[in-house]
Amino acid sequence: MSQVGLVVVSHSRPLAEAAVTLARQMLPGRELAIEVAAGTEDGGLGTDAVAISAAMAAADSGNGVVVLMDLGSAVLSAETALELLDDDVRERVLLSPGPLVEGLIGAAVVAAGGADRDRVAAEALLGLAPKQAHLA
Amino acid sequence: MADGLHTADLEAWIREFARVVAEHREELTALDSAIGDADHGTNMDRGMTAAVGALEAAPPADPAALLKQVGMTLVSKVGGASGPLYGTFFLRMAGALGPEPADAAAFARALRAGLEGVVARGKAEPGDKTMLDALVPACDALDEALASGKPLGAALEAAADAARQGRDATIPLVARKGRASYLGERSAGHQDPGATSTALLLDAAVSALAGSQS
Repeated sequence: MSQVGLVVVSHSRPLAEAAVTLARQMLPGRELAIEVAAGTEDGGLGTDAVAISAAMAAADSGNGVVVLMDLGSAVLSAETALELLDDDVRERVLLSPGPLVEGLIGAAVVAAGGADRDRVAAEALLGLAPKQAHLA
Repeated sequence: MADGLHTADLEAWIREFARVVAEHREELTALDSAIGDADHGTNMDRGMTAAVGALEAAPPADPAALLKQVGMTLVSKVGGASGPLYGTFFLRMAGALGPEPADAAAFARALRAGLEGVVARGKAEPGDKTMLDALVPACDALDEALASGKPLGAALEAAADAARQGRDATIPLVARKGRASYLGERSAGHQDPGATSTALLLDAAVSALAGSQS
């Protein structure tokens, strides 16, 4: 498969896993690498740059990775995780400023369809558009 | 500059920082509960306890390896934003040090490299009510004291004084970074937890390093 992989970074493992469940509901019968790096080792709230870099490497099949994050340390830890990666993998990983839940769903749909990394990242960034249009 | 700061001196600094963080854990968390997510003391204590544990499990061979190991432990184990911030601080310090013992000037350069790492990671500026409000004046005071010919011990004391003043000066500030920034004007009137732990880092340097022959 020549798919882009996704990584979900959150302070909360249940939050990240539920977001992935919601996104996978859009992909019945389709495969997609979505890795989760969320929470502290002991099940608490927090982020771990080493775990995030491992998730980035695991999600990468050579076609690039788009990373969705919640806030604060999730962003700082994801940036730190980039520094821990090998140069060739790092070049393929993109941190999305898109919203975690809506961005993940949009990204997952196009990634499962075989879109390239920049197309997947663009979809993640547009995640809020349907809701904003509806409520405008 | 006799023979500089050795691996054991830096280990003493890290152990002392871990000790004072544990001692002030409740205070740091209380400060963070006023304007943040109430986890700074818990997170820093967890991270520094893990850092000391890692030093015992796998004693590093030289100063750079020691600070790198501390940095890697913190980016993994702290959990909150102080993980990547303090972790990057120690990783950049490690990158600025060689395997040989560090003299006072080399230590000051490494501290400055750590500061630049924190700036790059957090994208904060002085006055944003963050750890930089203690770290920037501390680095400036250290450089100034060394430039005027003071020995490392006196220079570190000047740096720790500057860090404490910087910490106290965060009280009236409005936070522009981190969770506290969500509070806007309501963040004024509270001392910043990150600047508080940074002042402890400099206090620990005085306790552990000021007596070193460098």
